[in-house]
Amino acid sequence: MAGVLVFAEQRDGKFKKPSLEAISEGRRQSDRLGCELSVLLVGADGLSELAGQAAALGADRVLLVSDPRLKLYAAEAYALAVATAAGKLDPDLLLMASSAMGRDLAARVAARLGAGLASDCTAIAGEGGGFSIRRPVYSGKAIATVVFSGARPAMATLRPNVFPVIAQPKAGRGETAPLEVPFQEKHFRCRVNSIEAEKGATLDVSEADIVVSGGRAMKGPENFSYIRMLADALGGAVGASRAAVDAGWIDHQHQVGQTGKVVSPTLYVACGISGAIQHLAGMSSSKVIVAINKDADAPIFKLADYGIVGDLYEVIPKMVEEIKKVKGA
Amino acid sequence: MRIVVAVKQVPDTETKVAIAAGGRSVDESSITWIVNPYDEFAMEEALKIKEARGEGEVVAVTIGPARAATALRTCLAMGADRGLHLSDPAFEGSDSLGLATILAAAIRPLSPDLIFAGQYAVGTDNRQVGMMLAELLDLPHVSVVTKLELKEGGLTAHREIEGGQEIVESTLPCVITAQKGLNEPRYASLKGIMAAKKKPIEEKDAAALGLDRASVGETGARVKIARLEMPPPKQAGRIFKDDTETAVKEVVRLLHEEAKVI
Repeated sequence: MAGVLVFAEQRDGKFKKPSLEAISEGRRQSDRLGCELSVLLVGADGLSELAGQAAALGADRVLLVSDPRLKLYAAEAYALAVATAAGKLDPDLLLMASSAMGRDLAARVAARLGAGLASDCTAIAGEGGGFSIRRPVYSGKAIATVVFSGARPAMATLRPNVFPVIAQPKAGRGETAPLEVPFQEKHFRCRVNSIEAEKGATLDVSEADIVVSGGRAMKGPENFSYIRMLADALGGAVGASRAAVDAGWIDHQHQVGQTGKVVSPTLYVACGISGAIQHLAGMSSSKVIVAINKDADAPIFKLADYGIVGDLYEVIPKMVEEIKKVKGA
Repeated sequence: MRIVVAVKQVPDTETKVAIAAGGRSVDESSITWIVNPYDEFAMEEALKIKEARGEGEVVAVTIGPARAATALRTCLAMGADRGLHLSDPAFEGSDSLGLATILAAAIRPLSPDLIFAGQYAVGTDNRQVGMMLAELLDLPHVSVVTKLELKEGGLTAHREIEGGQEIVESTLPCVITAQKGLNEPRYASLKGIMAAKKKPIEEKDAAALGLDRASVGETGARVKIARLEMPPPKQAGRIFKDDTETAVKEVVRLLHEEAKVI
């Protein structure tokens, strides 16, 4: 058998957008190859409702692995579930989101299957009967095209915010069935016990459609209130440059750049960030970039679609006012 | 307690990337090599554990050509007890699984209690080797760790996820990949640098590791780089230098009407 298999990550019985993106790309690849799309769901309960959503997005088959011990992520058990599904279906292509879970899981599965894995991909195409995958390297300073040799399946994790969710999906057959996985106690040697949500932060920079970041010009932790104000007005997440994180003004979870997170939002607003290579590498693939900086020669302006040369402490409050007007209209 | 730390020598993060002739790799002629920043967090955590327990051994291991020995010296200067340099022309062009295979062959006979690595190596940006190593050694793992506590027979680790932390329990031995925030890596002291010169670095090639040369390197790679390109150049944007009031109005209007992002 062949086809495309997507591991669709769920937390608390919900898909996040990167899972919908992975199912959508799975559907597009299945259509291109003329084969079936299977979606694997792993969790404790509430999976049948998600199976319906996967079918609506085009899944021909949905495999369910439920077990109370799978409520939270357990690397080895999840890897066994994916490997078991892959063993049963022998897919040509195995996809998942390049999320915290997907990145962790995919590598473990690839080693188990002896398969090739392309991480954090931005495009998948056909090449000589196989797949050719584009992925940024050096945090986006260069783009690699990788190909697979020999081993099956070809595996890839997909960078969030890059692959569009199918807007008007054609439902798949959605044939849903449980998948038996031979779990043993030893598959739960490492397991997540609980999750601590970061205080006040609802949106992670790597997942957000809009990111507003502050840099050295923030001068201290208190001024990040300006960044939050603009992020709130835009409905985006708060990011930061390495300079601001290293100064201790904001948690490293927020860091965008080569030693932080690489983001591809629809809109990236850089405030008081000069644009060190380090930082540019982490955000240059954003679709629209706005820079606000006092220094007209700051390198960030070379990358910006729109730039304002000015003091961010004057610019941001005015901008928030204008955004409210535009959004209210 | 024996702790192994896998490190990699990578181009400095401030390096400007240029594509080498052949179009499949970066031009290494103007690169400054450093220890991968995340591996420094890994090394620091290993040293802290050894110091807190007052016993044990920290072994730094790397794969790479002759130049990679410098990375091991840096680790020895930080405080590692000895280095293991896995070097063989046959290792060149390895994909992540190839690297994990080489590391596993070197680490398995050491039977360590803990294995550390950086959460990823900057440059190749694959984020795979730590997990693959755990799978090949049949060990549990926790990746992207920002806090680690050892306890009898196991550990509790905080692992960074979108918008929060997962609190993970694991048995030992375990593979841990380190994230920024785990600790503040020390700088090597002058004394440490002097002491490092006397510490042993053992070299091992494919034969010494009992590896089939075809299973690693370019030949064994399941994923290969076919092409490497610079990202497409960006068109010049519109920069407003006039008074703030007008600039802000215009940019917000453009974002709304032209870019249609708000």
